[in-house]
Amino acid sequence: MSKQKKMTLSKKQNLTGWVFLLPGALLIFIMSFVPMFRALLLSFKSGVGAKMAWSGISNYVRMFQDTVFVQSVKNTFFYLIIQVPVMLILALILASILNNKDLKFKGLFRTMIFLPCATSLVAYAIIFRSLFANNGLINLLLVNLGILDQPYAFLTHTTSARIVIIIALLWRWTGYNMVFYLSGLQNIEYSVYEAAKIDGASAVQSFFKITVPLLKPTILLTAIMSTNGTLQLFDESVNLTNGGPANTSITMSHYIYDMSFKYVPNFGYAAAMSFLILVLVAVLAFLQMKVGDKRD
Amino acid sequence: MYLFLIIVSFISVFPLYWMVSAATNKSAEVISGRLIPGTYFLENWKNLMAAQNVGRAFGNSFKYAIILTIVSLLVSSLAGYGFEIFHDKGKDILMSIILLAMMVPFVATMIPLFQMFSKAGWLNTTIGFILPTISTPFLIMMFRQSARSFPHDIMEAARIDGLSEIRIFFQMFIPTMRSTYAAAMTITFMNAWNSYLWPKVIMTDSLSQTMPMVVANLTEGYVTDYGMLMLAVLICTLPTAVVFFCLQNAFAEGITGAVK
Repeated sequence: MSKQKKMTLSKKQNLTGWVFLLPGALLIFIMSFVPMFRALLLSFKSGVGAKMAWSGISNYVRMFQDTVFVQSVKNTFFYLIIQVPVMLILALILASILNNKDLKFKGLFRTMIFLPCATSLVAYAIIFRSLFANNGLINLLLVNLGILDQPYAFLTHTTSARIVIIIALLWRWTGYNMVFYLSGLQNIEYSVYEAAKIDGASAVQSFFKITVPLLKPTILLTAIMSTNGTLQLFDESVNLTNGGPANTSITMSHYIYDMSFKYVPNFGYAAAMSFLILVLVAVLAFLQMKVGDKRD
Repeated sequence: MYLFLIIVSFISVFPLYWMVSAATNKSAEVISGRLIPGTYFLENWKNLMAAQNVGRAFGNSFKYAIILTIVSLLVSSLAGYGFEIFHDKGKDILMSIILLAMMVPFVATMIPLFQMFSKAGWLNTTIGFILPTISTPFLIMMFRQSARSFPHDIMEAARIDGLSEIRIFFQMFIPTMRSTYAAAMTITFMNAWNSYLWPKVIMTDSLSQTMPMVVANLTEGYVTDYGMLMLAVLICTLPTAVVFFCLQNAFAEGITGAVK
């Protein structure tokens, strides 16, 4: 009798659980998985508006012949390969310095380094665009110091435009990742570091032998998040360099946006390109998790 | 070590200082490299108000961000709580499927969402802005993680006292998990305020434009009025800066919970 009552109680609780999570789960299916599936279907069609027709894999073939798209993939990977490792290493170094118990003004330094995260993406892109403009502060400084004879057009030369994007990204996101590492470091007993010091380990040694291995899950998390974010880079490309000069700093998301909403809309082709990003995100996340596991 | 920290801190803070000082100077003074705050703030303000409808854009952004934050926190925390407190095999499998949605880049869902929303008549509406990001795998995961530390015996006691499940959630879980909610609030509000790609897609009418869109509009054209532009950037940064300063510690605490 009492057992039966218990059964119904756990059934009731089970049902309550489903009611609690249903709205959230349903929204993710309708707003993420369903559109993703429709984008896949769309990527095999071409045409405009209601006159879409099946076109097989022609969109995917076109992608690899489209020089601007190939350029946008190269640019995005350029940002990814240079910016993400530099940022994560810098964030790790800053976090382990700030974790030092004897450091003075710790809170002040942490706040100042984290401060760039308080700016909106469009806002910081415009700040950097103004600083690096022909008549901007950086040029003024370089000319006055005698390093340059005349202002250099940072944003209209390919290499420097890309470097400015990387500098801006580093500025905006290093502090953000640092906070993740600082939080991770809270879980490491500080006495471990003190013991290592007594045993004669240098700061560099304890960084590589204690900090890096113990923070591995957090490093993996930030690496996946940053990779994901960089592959979807949009605001900076639009507002800092506007993809220029001549599309040599454009990102994949920026080109997909232009293809969908700026030029004559070509949803099928844009969907095919967006699917490539999805595959890239999935493959890179999978690889990072594999590498993360192996080091155990 | 201190030198390194001072240099990094200086680089972090300087562009923001420059923004504030530029907002109070004439464009020509900004170009000539003036770095101390000036007296041109009111002129910049007048010019800005004449150039773009900043008041409306600010109001729009604020409305969208507040509504999204409230709804999103409610839906995501309910889901995270449901997944953890009442967990069984079926729910755990569903959770890992939901986590896969984290890998879906927004550009891959943007076009079908735009088609769905324009068919439903949701362009230029609040619901159009908030619907895609009300429920996010990241927030659900964060609340699921924090629900793990919610004491079970207190819950049992409340059940014996006859408290309904929904009241346990609202009267016991929410007050206990304040720091998680604060962190989730910071993240959601900032993402909503900063979002640019999605509003650019669905806010086709200038009356529904958001603050970041208006700021980006100001850079079009040949001559840039730096004083006015930086004032707009400053206004666009203020709300996120306020949220950041109020909730900085809670944010770090909530992240610690999520990283564990």
